[in-house]
Amino acid sequence: MPSPQTTPLHSLHAELGAKFVEFAGWEMPVQFSGVMPEHLHTRSHASLFDVSHMGQVIVRPESGDLRDAGLALESLIPANLVDLPEGRQRYGLFTDAQGGVLDDLMVSNHGDRYLVVVNAARAEHDLAWMRAMTGVTVELRTDRALVALQGPGAEAALATLIPVVTDMRFMDSRPLAWEGLDVWVSRSGYTGEDGYEISVPADVAKRFAEALLAVDGVLPAGLGARDSLRLEAGMPLYGHDLDTTVTPAQGGLGWSVPKVRRAGGAREGGFPGADVVLPELQDGPARMRRGLRPEGRAPIREGVRLFADETAAEPIGVVTSGTYGPSVGHPVAMGPLPSGVGDTVFAELRGRRVPVAVVDLPFITPSYKR
Amino acid sequence: MIKYTESHEWLDADGTDVTVGITDFAAEELGEIVFIELPEVGAEVEAGTEVVVIESVKAASEIMAPVSGTVTAVNEELVDNPGLVNEDAKGTWFFRMTVADDAALDSFLDEDAYRARTGA
Repeated sequence: MPSPQTTPLHSLHAELGAKFVEFAGWEMPVQFSGVMPEHLHTRSHASLFDVSHMGQVIVRPESGDLRDAGLALESLIPANLVDLPEGRQRYGLFTDAQGGVLDDLMVSNHGDRYLVVVNAARAEHDLAWMRAMTGVTVELRTDRALVALQGPGAEAALATLIPVVTDMRFMDSRPLAWEGLDVWVSRSGYTGEDGYEISVPADVAKRFAEALLAVDGVLPAGLGARDSLRLEAGMPLYGHDLDTTVTPAQGGLGWSVPKVRRAGGAREGGFPGADVVLPELQDGPARMRRGLRPEGRAPIREGVRLFADETAAEPIGVVTSGTYGPSVGHPVAMGPLPSGVGDTVFAELRGRRVPVAVVDLPFITPSYKR
Repeated sequence: MIKYTESHEWLDADGTDVTVGITDFAAEELGEIVFIELPEVGAEVEAGTEVVVIESVKAASEIMAPVSGTVTAVNEELVDNPGLVNEDAKGTWFFRMTVADDAALDSFLDEDAYRARTGA
């Protein structure tokens, strides 16, 4: 087993008392003060997360015309990237020939190039996948760190360093300057809170993070809180809630496939698995990722089997992620269930069947600044 | 007399009556506890079998019966307020049991030996 990679902020995490965990080949902080206090602090103030393990990929058109790079990306991603305005970001999926999800990602239009941010565990795969595109150059930027500043205090905190960020709204994404250095800022995140994701040059990342942490109300948070926050916000985690056995519609992500790429659209199909993905979006999937709220206080975690009733022998689904939701004060989970399932299913927990309400996601109301 | 298990429970023995909780070290490792399932009073338990389920924000864990015996009382307060364990693990008991033979406790760690294990 090769030793895990570390991010430019590793020494800072150690100084701040992080507990580390290996995640997707990286040694990352799982917590500082504790998952629950970090989670609650994010929703009430602001937390700084190191997400430098994620892949930051620059895609440039060889022709110099960004539309060509947009069309190239659209050959892999069922999203509208050609019409994505400069300074905006969009969520998308890589699909395989069977319509399964290879990864989920963010694409930003930075004028002369696209920035694509992919999951750490899929970065190597995605890079090879994107390098099959023609007419573009694809470059993984290992010389940069990525941090997420999340929570209601994020705007004021980041504005102390980069005042112009107050002008940005949800899913804006811009190359900006901090002390004359090239920083890429998007107003987005993985917590359900208002906030930003900021790409900074690796050699100044520690100084940048320290400057944010010096702002009153900003504390460091780890992957543990990131997971419970995204679960409450109803967001899927690749490798758990999404993988190649899940299509966009089954993942509850049909909204990311716009009209222009659907049947009858101007740029209909033209991505791997379109012959599976598009009819399913029209007809509705046989199963779909749903929110799960078990009765009582016991969390239902990944792998717990779900049954239609208290006695059924065959499960109808399996929990793909779940934990206790500190902000909502009850367990939260998600997993795929057949369409037409009732309002209640039963989770098998330590030999007993526990009633679980099938609910719409998210569990919290997001507070994005639109 | 307080004894400790290798799996981070404390055992407060008074003759054949034993009160069981988890150590500060265990509580710290688990993080914020959100759910505790206790055994039934009167349950006959065998050493090494699961008697308590503990769920924290991070993970599920359990307490195995340290010795064989009968559960005589459970701390019902923990069902509604599992966080009490995080506030004071050493002072928060989970259940009491009687053991057939109090010599069964001799093999557990004393405080010095337990501290040496956890590096505390």
